[in-house]
Amino acid sequence: MTAAATISSAGRPRRLGRALPGAFWVLILLTPAFVSLASVSFYPIVNGLYLSLTNTSLITQDQEFTGFANYVQLWGDPQFWNAWWHTMWFTAASTMLETLIGLGMALILCEAFKGRGLVRAAMLVPWAMPTVVTSKMFGWLFDGQNGIINYILLHAGLIDQNVNWYGSTSTAMITIIIADVWKTTPFMALLLLTGLQTVPNSLIEAARMDGAKGWITFWHIRLPLLMPTLLIAGLFRALDAFRVFDLVYVLTGGGPADSTETLSTLSYKVLFSTLQFGYGSAVSTAMFITEGVIALVFVVYLVRQIRRAQ
Amino acid sequence: MNETRSPLRTFVIYAGALLILVWSGGPFLWQFSTSFQLDKMLTSGSPSLIPHPFTLEHYYNAFFEKQLHRYVWNSLVVSLATTFLCLFVGSLAAFALSRLNVKGRFGILMVILSVSMFPQIALVGPLYLVATNLGLLDTYTALIITYLALGLPLVTWVLFGYFETLPREIDEAARMDGVSVPGLLWRIILPMSLPSLVTTGLLAFITAWNEFLFALAFTSNIDRQTIPVGIANFTNLYYVPWGDIAAASAVVTVPLILLVLFFQRHIIEGLTQGGVKE
Repeated sequence: MTAAATISSAGRPRRLGRALPGAFWVLILLTPAFVSLASVSFYPIVNGLYLSLTNTSLITQDQEFTGFANYVQLWGDPQFWNAWWHTMWFTAASTMLETLIGLGMALILCEAFKGRGLVRAAMLVPWAMPTVVTSKMFGWLFDGQNGIINYILLHAGLIDQNVNWYGSTSTAMITIIIADVWKTTPFMALLLLTGLQTVPNSLIEAARMDGAKGWITFWHIRLPLLMPTLLIAGLFRALDAFRVFDLVYVLTGGGPADSTETLSTLSYKVLFSTLQFGYGSAVSTAMFITEGVIALVFVVYLVRQIRRAQ
Repeated sequence: MNETRSPLRTFVIYAGALLILVWSGGPFLWQFSTSFQLDKMLTSGSPSLIPHPFTLEHYYNAFFEKQLHRYVWNSLVVSLATTFLCLFVGSLAAFALSRLNVKGRFGILMVILSVSMFPQIALVGPLYLVATNLGLLDTYTALIITYLALGLPLVTWVLFGYFETLPREIDEAARMDGVSVPGLLWRIILPMSLPSLVTTGLLAFITAWNEFLFALAFTSNIDRQTIPVGIANFTNLYYVPWGDIAAASAVVTVPLILLVLFFQRHIIEGLTQGGVKE
């Protein structure tokens, strides 16, 4: 970040840059953004926290303070833990796969080859597509009867009968992870690519001069230098994966037999199907807390990594 | 560097590139092809990528039976309004943070960024109650206000990053000429930032166009429902109309893809600058 520079000319010092006049303008210019974020992001979090301590329900029209009753109920609610574990599993698996495959893609894109622009452009397609469309598209690709994936696998001899991908409890979550990996990996790769491109070529050249093989330069030079980018990208990916909603809600609705229920879909159902806003808020607050812990773990690890590198 | 590449390495790179291309483009290509195929061909057991016979039946169904155009209209209204509001509010904030003397600038930016990571499901309940009390359910307004806040963090960050690259001597010169603070933003900084405004506008547009959760919660009839909600509800009584869904997918995705491809360089730069700096 560039700090405000100070120059003095002919004995008349004047601060350049940021030192434009007025707290007045700062206030005017920042207020709209502040109001927007305060009312649509901060207020609901605080209000949700309050609701989670009440028995608010839109059906019975109750709204009484009940302390931690909702959280006690939550602690003993197998549905909540079921969704919690699914969400953690989904987050871990998809983040890991997306980072690894994304890194592989980035390493390829880092090289010069014909048609590189085309490949890079194509990679934005999954990212730009509405998640609902992705979800429906995977519904068709992985359809249990006429899906093209079953057709290909069957004809390649990899399976001997059609798999009911998202219709059976054992494979539904895997299908959703595949869909998520499809949608977000290319973008991850583009992020990592810009990180890779900041690794000075001279370093790699020098290592090569010393006779280092390709993967050794990767392991000892590129990877350590890429680590901060990798961790930051991973953090954002994990936080995003953790709140997965569209994909699950549209593809399986949490089923079959709750095998793909995540915290977001569970909260949504408690909120808008049973209209228990108190209990629903407890679920989403618990989710918020878990997400905060994940972010904290990542950030602590990141800071330690950076410290160690220095 | 490239002359020294071994044949094996070259092979790996091209095979990898082809794999990425198929991975990224393949599924949608199949979806696109599906939208032109008859239902009986889709269930025949021998799928083919080339539609034969070619049909527009699914597009007809999507528009005339499922009224796709009404969802498209709603999405256009909401997304365009969101885009302009985001650019307006975001550029004011980014300008203040980049050009004026704001204490705790970096802290403010971090808070704005962390807001974008809040789980949206934690926001939707309380906001639904607010919208109910204000009579804003089933209105464009509720969606636009929400999407403004969803798009704002990214827009502010990207614009801030861009404003930081503009030389500060401009500010000084403008001040000498007696240009006021809003004049500096409106007449000097913004015109210089057009490429960045286009990119960030596109990002805000995509955010609003693709958003599902809030649209699902806040709207309940076709007069106000947006495309994602419409497509999510595309089901027939006895079977899933994959062809119709594919047609609708193509209609709402192809324009987006064309826009993104057109602006791809700016988008990648804009989105990654935060990750690369420092």
